[in-house]
Amino acid sequence: MTKDHNQLNMSGADKKHSASTTELLSEELLSHIGRTSAPRTEIVSRREIRKYAIATGWKKKEYLDGDVAPPLFHLPLFWDIVELDQLSPDGVSIDRLLPKFPLEKAMAGGLDIEYFRPIRAGDVLVATRTLTNIYEKSGSQGPIIFYEVVMRVETEAGDLVLTEKTTRLLR
Amino acid sequence: MTMSKLTNLKPGDTLPGRDYCPDNVQNFMYSAALWNAHRIHFDMPYAADVEGYPGIVMSGPMLGDWLTQCVIEWLDDVGQMTHLAYSNRKAAFIGETVTSGGRVISVDHDKGTADLEIFIKNEAGEVIAPGTATVTFDKA
Repeated sequence: MTKDHNQLNMSGADKKHSASTTELLSEELLSHIGRTSAPRTEIVSRREIRKYAIATGWKKKEYLDGDVAPPLFHLPLFWDIVELDQLSPDGVSIDRLLPKFPLEKAMAGGLDIEYFRPIRAGDVLVATRTLTNIYEKSGSQGPIIFYEVVMRVETEAGDLVLTEKTTRLLR
Repeated sequence: MTMSKLTNLKPGDTLPGRDYCPDNVQNFMYSAALWNAHRIHFDMPYAADVEGYPGIVMSGPMLGDWLTQCVIEWLDDVGQMTHLAYSNRKAAFIGETVTSGGRVISVDHDKGTADLEIFIKNEAGEVIAPGTATVTFDKA
């Protein structure tokens, strides 16, 4: 266990104690904070940019032509592709970066993205995802578990393209 | 061109928005482009009977994309979006019309940056996807 890992773990535990009245989050569960996925490499194709730009209703020609990708194109580029028997009955793939949580109804979440360089057709990009936080708050209808995953996207040469923090809620 | 847009920019300026009324075809194409098989986006009996929704649910990140369209169309190639944050607060359903929009919160003329507030509203006028963005204007 690295030093960073322990620090992240403590910050998660602090938030839990300051904000919650119940104790859904075990030490074992919190120990998953800091876990990182294996890097994933994807080739950006003009065809996939075009599909995405058309489906979202863009009017900008360089996106519709597939030369440059719209700002949220990294979502389809790095969306999990799993075999049919690894989809749950609701059609969602199980995120193997996450531990099994004691609450399971996923609610709306949010994204926080910093951009460093545009994505273009022909780019070869590498994404790494890290579970950076798990904490609990009490809501009006019971406890809510929050978790945060940071995805870092770089070029093969190691130039930073974007970082994205996803926050999700479970009830 | 670039500098005049920044020079005249002030807090409170509004960003033009767009109305979006996706049908099942567009919603399907979005899920397909994402490779997202979540049933609430195409399986009405499942969405209603299992998850209790009154309709086919518009994809949350599709609303997020429309926030970026509001910023990028307004920016009109005179700068870059360097930061975006948004959250999905309330579901919208196929058949509804939702509307994007935004306004300038602050301008740093020295750095050539501006902070924006952006939103997607439903027909009732509720903000269902609030967000913020930062843009950096190109040097003239």
